[in-house]
Amino acid sequence: MIGIDGSEWKQTRLREYLLRFVIGGAITVIAGLIAKRFGPAVGGLFLAFPAIFPASVTLVEKHEEEKKAKAGVHGHRRGLEAAAVNAAGATLGSIGLLAFAAATAALIRRHPGLALGAATAAWIVGAALAWLCWKRIHKSRLLRSVTVLLD
Amino acid sequence: MDLVLRFLIGGAVVSAFAIVADLLKPRGFAGLFGAAPSVALATLALTTAHDGSAYAAVECHSMLVGAVALGLYAWAVGRLVGRRHMETLPATLYGIMIWFAAAFGMFWGFLR
Repeated sequence: MIGIDGSEWKQTRLREYLLRFVIGGAITVIAGLIAKRFGPAVGGLFLAFPAIFPASVTLVEKHEEEKKAKAGVHGHRRGLEAAAVNAAGATLGSIGLLAFAAATAALIRRHPGLALGAATAAWIVGAALAWLCWKRIHKSRLLRSVTVLLD
Repeated sequence: MDLVLRFLIGGAVVSAFAIVADLLKPRGFAGLFGAAPSVALATLALTTAHDGSAYAAVECHSMLVGAVALGLYAWAVGRLVGRRHMETLPATLYGIMIWFAAAFGMFWGFLR
């Protein structure tokens, strides 16, 4: 069930947010400089550069390990599993990013004021649909395995 | 001045998506934000204002290829960490090579 859970947020330290701010800012600057030097076709590639993903997935692993350590359990394996699930989410999110890029490309010449808002909506819908399909496929696989076991 | 503005807007947008991702559950759903259009939003807003919408449209066509590369990269990191039990930090850092290879390979193959 999709919902809000503040535990990950509470675990995140200020310097971890600062790190993500600096990485995000730096990559935005680099993407702009590359576009200026090599043109918009090459620069555009870097609009989908994994800016937030490496830091986020590493923090997910670290936080999961810390959570398990507090409970007195060695949680290295659990940390890796949590990071892998997070990476699976990002893989599905890239489908949303494709929808974002396609919507912006289609709208930005004629409706520059609306394009980014509509594209962000396309990203949310695309990513959420990809996630729901993935969940459904996993659920049906699980049901099939249970049915085979019961037969 | 333009670079400072880019840095501040890019950092703010990336941080905003990171905070939202930290607040959501389950973990797989929060992971969607690992592929959020954070850099794209910051860059395209500034690019449209400075260089015009035709320039931004060219960037968006290349971004389609970059997004496919990001999907391959995230999938590969998931496999390395989940199946091969590789540490997350080296997996994400070495995995960047996959993004570069896929993005520039498809760029030269389809867009150049």
